[in-house]
Amino acid sequence: MSDKIIKKEELTNILKALKETYEVIAPVKENGFYSFKPFKDGGNIDLNFTNTRLSPKSLLFPQSERIFEFNLDEKSKDGYIVKEHPKDYPPSVIVGIRPCDAKAFKLVNINFDNPEFKDPWWVKRMEAMTFIGLGCNEPSSTCFCTSVGCGPFNEESLDVMLFDLEEYFLVRALTEKGEKLLKQGRVDKDVDEGLQKKADELRIKAEKKISSSVPTDKLKEKKINDLFNAPFWDDVAFACINCGTCTFLCPTCWCFDIQDEVTKTVGDRIRNWDSCMFPLFTLHASGHNPRPEKVQRVRQRFMHKLNYYVDKYNTGVACVGCGRCVKYCPVNVDIREVFSLMNGL
Amino acid sequence: MADNPYLPYPVKIQQIITETEDKNLKTFKLVFLNKEDEERFTFIPGQFCEISIAGQGEIPIGIASSPTEKGFLMFTVNKTGVVTRFIHNMKEENIIGIRGPLGNWYPWEKMEEKNVVVIGGGFAFTTLRASIVYMLHPENRNKFKDITVVYGARSPGLLLYREEIAEWEKRDDINVHITVDATDDPNWPYNIGFVPTVTEQKITTSEDSYALVCGPPIMIKFTQPVLEKVGFTPEQIIMSLEMRMKCGIGICGRCNIGDKYVCKDGPVFSLAQLNELPKEY
Repeated sequence: MSDKIIKKEELTNILKALKETYEVIAPVKENGFYSFKPFKDGGNIDLNFTNTRLSPKSLLFPQSERIFEFNLDEKSKDGYIVKEHPKDYPPSVIVGIRPCDAKAFKLVNINFDNPEFKDPWWVKRMEAMTFIGLGCNEPSSTCFCTSVGCGPFNEESLDVMLFDLEEYFLVRALTEKGEKLLKQGRVDKDVDEGLQKKADELRIKAEKKISSSVPTDKLKEKKINDLFNAPFWDDVAFACINCGTCTFLCPTCWCFDIQDEVTKTVGDRIRNWDSCMFPLFTLHASGHNPRPEKVQRVRQRFMHKLNYYVDKYNTGVACVGCGRCVKYCPVNVDIREVFSLMNGL
Repeated sequence: MADNPYLPYPVKIQQIITETEDKNLKTFKLVFLNKEDEERFTFIPGQFCEISIAGQGEIPIGIASSPTEKGFLMFTVNKTGVVTRFIHNMKEENIIGIRGPLGNWYPWEKMEEKNVVVIGGGFAFTTLRASIVYMLHPENRNKFKDITVVYGARSPGLLLYREEIAEWEKRDDINVHITVDATDDPNWPYNIGFVPTVTEQKITTSEDSYALVCGPPIMIKFTQPVLEKVGFTPEQIIMSLEMRMKCGIGICGRCNIGDKYVCKDGPVFSLAQLNELPKEY
């Protein structure tokens, strides 16, 4: 499919048309911050953002989710039997996702959908989702996507890419899923050469605007124990207060907990986001804890992203350079510095 | 595994056996509620399950029965946390769940045609019991050369599976060395001494051997040099680890040692494998 063109003001009507078939999710500004929310007919979509504060990971992996249900009535035929909770997986579109956040889904997918085990909820949501990306004309000063295998117009994890050309969007279908969606939205006007050229220039210009970069070239050859026992961890962890903000915001942090909650005789098994920053994360029932100290937990987070993940899956680092952890860390722990330390060891 | 790997199979508690005199260890014999679940559940000694109790949560516990024992699964549970305390107060006929089998197993193919030394301490004898029962089964016994067991607890009343071990004692196709740290029983017929000491006395060669070692960290710490002294290489020393777990299938992210998940890549590791990993367990 050749690239298409739409006028910006047409977008809302296209999304309204898509809403007949899809759940449409788009960036919305609320209380001064952007996040991904269901698109409303009134047009709450607002694409004037750099990155949303929270990553969109909760769309596939909710922060808290009922996975099973049960009743604790011993007289009931199915008392104490844990059962699946019926769920819908409607076809969905996320509009305006940044290429880095889309790439994060691809990186995390390796964990939830692997040859041995499939996480059913993640897999079904992933299948139902179509990703319409929005290239970044103005990357933020904390963005370093180009040095971790991504970029402001990286297409690898998207179904459709939008190029913001002031009055127009250039619309590029990248997969069959994307083509189907554009047909459904009746996006069919071919782009002219001038705007096509403008889009290419935009991409090159945006890549040049990424001012910050991290070194990754030597990470693959590093030995696990050399990095684990490196002398710099105390310094890296010194200011950290283990608040977990980084893991909460990070689009590639996927760790979770499973808890049961009961009201009288009915209950749910619930899956919640968890964080390796918390001591309870690894505490054994016996009282033993393999990571009792802050420095061990900080090391775990960076080792996982820049060493364990790299060695295990051979698809590069588990970081897309979105810069959220850099921007929102209350004590200015900067993953870019840790890249340099680990790569330079 | 079930189609949804998080969904437990419903099982019934058929029998509860109090194992130790302090009553902190009980063995639960479980039977499947559904025939098709039972047929689907095939395992190898060394694997574990998540025992799942509605309203309480889940705990990873080694399978203490052998696949050669049909019709039930056996788990020996130490009373420690929320779920284990709850299950200790449950009754026969109560319904719980299990997920599994999970994790890897002892290296049975490598151990064929070899001597097998089994060293256990305290309540870490569950998957070792499964392994011994498995090896002693008439179909399997001639696959292995000598089988030697060193098993110790703090006192006679804290040994697991006592009657069964006494039966093994009488057999001539297995060498069993039971020991206790101390006892005031003047007629105690077995050894007195720590597991590493008894290991040193009884295990005098590493030739053609594998050692399966499970026990508290202090026992492992002092047993390892004893084994190394008689020539066991790190490849010949096999251990099973514990770790806090949730999913049991390598997804939830908490039980890692370096790039390995204890739930999926373990719980069984050779000392050679562990030597390559960070000391964070």
